[in-house]
Amino acid sequence: MFIVDYIKTVFGGVKSLLVGMNRTGYYFFHHKEIITQQYPDVKQVLPERFRGEVVMIHDEKNEHRCTGCTACELACPNATIKIVTKFDITPEGKKKKALDTFVYHLELCTMCNLCIEACPTGAIKMDQTFEHSVYDRSLLIKILNKPGSKLMEGVE
Amino acid sequence: MIEEVAATTEGDLVINIGPQHPSTHGVLHLFVTMNGETIKKVEPHLGYIHRSIEKMDESLSYRQFIYSTSRMDYLSSHINNHGCALCVEKGLQLEIPPRAKVIRILMDELTRIASHCLWWGALAMDVGALTPFFHAFREREMINDIMEESCGARLTMNYMVPGGVMFDIQPNFQKHVKEFVAHFKTKIGEYDEMVTNNIIFQRRMKNVGYISPEDAVSYGCTGAVLRASGVKSDIRKIAPYDGYENVKFEEPLEMAGDCFARYMVRMKEMMQSLSIVEQLIDNIPEGDFVAKTKAVLKLPKGEFYSRVETARGEFGVYIVSEGGLTPYRIKFRSPGFSNLSALDHMSRGQKIGDLVAIMGTLDLVIPDIDR
Amino acid sequence: MFSLEGLKNTIHYTLSASLGTTSTLLVEMLIVGICVISLFAVLGLVLVFMERKVSAYMQIRLGPNRVGFQGSLQTVADTLKLVVKEGLVPNGADKFLFNFAPFLVMIVAMLIMAPIAFTKGLQMWDLNIGVLYVTAVSSISVIGILMAGWASNNKYSLLGAMRSGAQIVSYELSAGLAILTIVIFTESLQISKIVESQQTGWWLFKAHIPAVIAFIIFIIAVTAETNRAPFDLAEAESELTAGFHTEYSGMRFALFFLAEYVNIFIVCAIGSTLFLGGWMPFHIGHWSAFNHVMDFIPGIVWFFGKIFFLIFVIMWFRWTFPRLRIDQLLNLEWKYLLPISMFNLLLATVVAIMGWHF
Repeated sequence: MFIVDYIKTVFGGVKSLLVGMNRTGYYFFHHKEIITQQYPDVKQVLPERFRGEVVMIHDEKNEHRCTGCTACELACPNATIKIVTKFDITPEGKKKKALDTFVYHLELCTMCNLCIEACPTGAIKMDQTFEHSVYDRSLLIKILNKPGSKLMEGVE
Repeated sequence: MIEEVAATTEGDLVINIGPQHPSTHGVLHLFVTMNGETIKKVEPHLGYIHRSIEKMDESLSYRQFIYSTSRMDYLSSHINNHGCALCVEKGLQLEIPPRAKVIRILMDELTRIASHCLWWGALAMDVGALTPFFHAFREREMINDIMEESCGARLTMNYMVPGGVMFDIQPNFQKHVKEFVAHFKTKIGEYDEMVTNNIIFQRRMKNVGYISPEDAVSYGCTGAVLRASGVKSDIRKIAPYDGYENVKFEEPLEMAGDCFARYMVRMKEMMQSLSIVEQLIDNIPEGDFVAKTKAVLKLPKGEFYSRVETARGEFGVYIVSEGGLTPYRIKFRSPGFSNLSALDHMSRGQKIGDLVAIMGTLDLVIPDIDR
Repeated sequence: MFSLEGLKNTIHYTLSASLGTTSTLLVEMLIVGICVISLFAVLGLVLVFMERKVSAYMQIRLGPNRVGFQGSLQTVADTLKLVVKEGLVPNGADKFLFNFAPFLVMIVAMLIMAPIAFTKGLQMWDLNIGVLYVTAVSSISVIGILMAGWASNNKYSLLGAMRSGAQIVSYELSAGLAILTIVIFTESLQISKIVESQQTGWWLFKAHIPAVIAFIIFIIAVTAETNRAPFDLAEAESELTAGFHTEYSGMRFALFFLAEYVNIFIVCAIGSTLFLGGWMPFHIGHWSAFNHVMDFIPGIVWFFGKIFFLIFVIMWFRWTFPRLRIDQLLNLEWKYLLPISMFNLLLATVVAIMGWHF
């Protein structure tokens, strides 16, 4: 019986190996399921919810919706956002708090989406960019409000 | 301890495996004392990726700290976030909408499959077969694409928030998940053809790294490591959370306690997760995806503990609150840490090649261990 | 039948017309040396590229596809990078042995090239104990590996070298017995005679059962001898990082890398010479028309075709199977391959004596 077991082991083992080889051999000759992408040539369109970086929405009149309320700054776990406010003089002559610069540290951001959830006016959103590499760290500190932009009418 | 030191005698070969080594899956450092090829002692040295997440979270609010747990066990980040959200909800005594519960379970189970896919590929790579890794990633990518579409990220989602989930699922979610389920069912047979039934793989796995049920319990092993020794330990069964009591699934058990048993438990778990996904995907109730919460969350004074079953085992969150905006103390019970502690016990007397196989079946994620 | 004998004779006559006997010999040796080295270089590039493409398609990837047409110049770029890289010698290493080891491995690979018949009349040295010479010389390469492992002053390297030593010494036995099986049928150790004897059909088919068993054992044993997966314990990436060549970098590493591929080429060349008829075309008994058509394909094409088929099989092994453990590796040899090949040798002898082969 020892000999029978021995031969069974040998043939069973060889068969299991051949089954595995059949599988890899199948993929060698069938290239339909190739999963890699030709990255810089063919770029994948990322879904709209993909979180790549925080951007501020500006309309065609160069107006944004940020009131400088710092809700996003408070919501951020990493101190990624720093908001500098100024005081605008309204036509009535009153002083009103407004956004001066919206500083965004991309190098600290973990794309957790909490700032966007916190924003009461929907001024910021996540963009689908992902090619963030630069040669100098200072280039990652971004100012999100465009120069000369101002608060949209009617946003409080 | 004196005994341990005496185990290293003159003539022993001492090898430092890691922190940079292909099979430690990260920055684990193993101090291995060997006699030729036979292992006498393994001492894991930790701390290379310690980021003091627990301390850091003490300065973050109850909404903010959840994101950091994605960075612990990054392969089952959904489930980690789920545990934290559960703990906060327990403190707030918040009722979660049924839709959110189902979405949470679906995401958890998809994460579990994705995590096990990566584990399967990495284990095959540890024992020398490089091809299965890519085949596993084919399936894992499908899950990642589903996650990306609905949760917004591929790995560190931060999708679970106190009270529910951050976004509603995308309209295509159900279609894509069904596609995935159908695809995965055709591919799981190939997994068996390439790895499970392979004689070399079986010989590498069987009777290697044995741990008895008593030892496994006393080392605090959880998850597949404990179930492979024949101890029922699935938190989803013992203490069901978020509606796991309403779905039908089995808790796979193996009695052998060796590497192959751990392997089989995880392979069966994938199929169980798949069946949970199948049960729920057509039965997502309508309604809110998040409960109404205050803008600023404050937990009442007290201690709160919740636990979930991650892909690696039991993940516990313990929050001590003083009633303020931030937790007074947070403690995470990560499954990898306890599972790693059994490594020395399992690998004594085995060969160096077995150490790699044992580490593979323990499914270590180093940031989970170091935190 | 196509042969390169004419070219060879032309060169010989041209040289001897203007030079003396000794000088002719020296110049011819020089030419042969240059040919071998350039063959090695080309083989290295082609085989590495082939391996990368084979592995890529098996792993549902595309593989190298940027440098040159379909990535065909990728290996050239890699070689260029290795050449300009600094070759580090670790502190505490035995400098002489450390530097010498890769060259020893290369020299051994070159030596085995000598008796291989590429096509009719194209053979460097048709010595009458060709097969014995090959088995004898090929075992020297383990010394190079042991040297590298010892001289590196690294524990991973040492473990890898020791494993490699145990492995190659064991597997040479069954490889040698598999070769002997064919020698029984051909009744000669001379490579050219072995090829000639397969005029009417390859030994794999002519000597049926014993030859098939011997062929399978030969393939397994040479996979182990060349340290290829699933027997790559000397390198064992996931256990010993890179095994015996952990500390090597730059051109010295490239030599080890090249030697690995050249060794595969050589063992496959020997395998195809013994079992698949060397440069002999595929002939079936007395079908003269069919045989005639087959003769139109040059012998060198047949030879390289067979070699690359065998190399593909060995690569196929590598990208499918998990690695064995060291004790399982030795078990496989001593408990399975060696008894089977001894039994097979007896069977072959019986078949040869009774004349049961074709």
